[in-house]
Amino acid sequence: MSENLKYLTPELFLVIFNLSFLCVMLFVKSSSILLNCNKIAALALIITAVLVYFNHVDANPIINGFYTSNEFTAFFKMLILFLSSVILYLSDAYLKKNDLLKYEFPILINFSVFGMLVVISSNDLMTLYLGIEIQSLSLYIIAAYRRDNLKSTEAGLKYFILGALSSGLLLYGISLVYGATGSTQFHTIYSAIMYTDRTLGMQIGMVFLLSAIAFKFAAFPFHMWTPDVYDGSPTPVTAFMAIVPKLAIGAILAKVLFDVFGGISDKWQLVLVFLSGGSMIIGSFGAIAQSNIKRILGYSSIGHVGFALMGLAAVSPEGLSGFIIYLFLYSIMMLGIFAFILNMEKDGVLVTDIYLLAKYSETNPATSFAFSLILFSLAGIPPLAGFICKLYVMMAIINSGLVYLALVGAIVSVIGAFYYLRIVYIVYFSESNDKLDANIPAGHLLVLFLSSTAIVVGTYNLLGIEPLTRAAAESLLY
Amino acid sequence: MALYFFYFFASTAILSSFFVIFANNPVHSVLWLIVTFFSVAGFFILVGAEFLALLLMIVYVGALAVLFLFVVMMLNINFAGLRSGVAQYLPFGILIGLVIFIELILAFVPWDFKEQSFNNLSSPINLSETNTVALGKVVYTDYFLLFQCAGIILLIAMIGSIVLTLRSRPDVKRQNITEQIFRDPNSSIEVKDINPGEGI
Repeated sequence: MSENLKYLTPELFLVIFNLSFLCVMLFVKSSSILLNCNKIAALALIITAVLVYFNHVDANPIINGFYTSNEFTAFFKMLILFLSSVILYLSDAYLKKNDLLKYEFPILINFSVFGMLVVISSNDLMTLYLGIEIQSLSLYIIAAYRRDNLKSTEAGLKYFILGALSSGLLLYGISLVYGATGSTQFHTIYSAIMYTDRTLGMQIGMVFLLSAIAFKFAAFPFHMWTPDVYDGSPTPVTAFMAIVPKLAIGAILAKVLFDVFGGISDKWQLVLVFLSGGSMIIGSFGAIAQSNIKRILGYSSIGHVGFALMGLAAVSPEGLSGFIIYLFLYSIMMLGIFAFILNMEKDGVLVTDIYLLAKYSETNPATSFAFSLILFSLAGIPPLAGFICKLYVMMAIINSGLVYLALVGAIVSVIGAFYYLRIVYIVYFSESNDKLDANIPAGHLLVLFLSSTAIVVGTYNLLGIEPLTRAAAESLLY
Repeated sequence: MALYFFYFFASTAILSSFFVIFANNPVHSVLWLIVTFFSVAGFFILVGAEFLALLLMIVYVGALAVLFLFVVMMLNINFAGLRSGVAQYLPFGILIGLVIFIELILAFVPWDFKEQSFNNLSSPINLSETNTVALGKVVYTDYFLLFQCAGIILLIAMIGSIVLTLRSRPDVKRQNITEQIFRDPNSSIEVKDINPGEGI
């Protein structure tokens, strides 16, 4: 047992840091440490990422088959840890301004990240369930973090109740799969499905499992909570929810599909086509009538989830690699967008109305350019990285013979381009008397510019991520 | 003998769950709920799952039912007002009841485990030990990761309830013992010399 613990080093470090940070901060009265608690927690996340990099890798499941540690998990873990630490850094200014800076905030974020690490590494349906609970329970709490704000508490409650429902679906699915195969471990279920006949109960269980994961992923029939929760939550929390859990849940979705139900891909392919097509359509039509940038990004994330799922619906190594690339570039673009949105202020108050961006380019030409570049990329306009990753998943789906889904994607991305380009139009050409008047801190500008540079550079070599995603996809498939 | 006990527990469970719904006083409802939990714990004992029976007692009766009682007594909920919408919700309630009833009937369809399933069990039931011993042997060894994760979920729930509800009120007077002990007579007592008939 104890020799197994070496695989758990990053997770153990993160948990021990969290617990000791919680205990120490109870007694710390010094305001300089309190003011920097976000940065200390972000540093811990970076150290965890380094530990993940040097962590032991094993092709076989570890800790009695409950856990895995391979290239696939390491890639997603490092990405998640890095992005969360950047978001913690970005949220610092907002929290200070709104008098929300308490040391519980970074602790809850870190616990959520810990849950995601468990989710990504899970090799057992029980580990998967517990990991999802850890990550979403922390998210429910920080969604309601502005407890004096009606919208924030509403968002938290809505997210909590619907999330509890989806946990119920997940457990029901797990129990059916367990009943049909006699095990909760991924590899045992896989071989049970491959080498014995498939029961109806197992397939129903699979659909329930996929529905619950799709809920956490905010894919089409389970997307209803997304705009409300994104809108109501404090903006740094929205940034966190829109970026980081998507990666973790995406990773586990790919893993559940290929590692558990890999033998019956003909059964789940149609489910994924439905999820993917529906999400793309909802994501592009839903945002047209919105003028609140957080709601727009909520719908935008639904649409992007739809595009990413297209890669999984292709059921090929190529599609899986495209799925990972899509999630990676999506998170980079969203990071840049949120670095800007966290500074959309008027008279010292954070605003979310896009019409207040009118003629923003006259006062801040460089920022507007970087911001518009990311919006162009989100809309999928060539030759930016957002287009390249759409191309990847569409190529994969066409090679798998599902041309109609690619067609839906192409039409829908044209429609979706409307609301991204409308924001660009407002930034450059719209007339208005109300203007934003915030000075964006240098750190935020750096993130925005790095993100927009990344999507331009990514056009040529995808930031060198392609071989990594191939290795990750291969360690999942074979 | 066991059959008589089964019928005894079954009838008390059904009767008391009816009383939960039809009792006029919400406190009585909660007390009937406790009786229901006790009867169900009896079922568990009958099928040899004594650990589950104890858990049911401790968790549901000891914690949840008491929590319900607190909620019922602390929050001033107008229960007569809640009852007024019965007719409105009745069709939907009957629908859900029907669905659950059909599911219960489905339980009598001869379901069977696949033989293959028994080979896959990672922790098969060990008949030579009692439930509690068998569980204790795997929960802290083979399943330690899951056990610790469950503990972390509880910790997060605790942090969350504190974050969302604790308010530090500056106007509330609190006792600070160290401050009281280190209070200096020179700074807190002032001796005044008052002439008769003048006051301060």
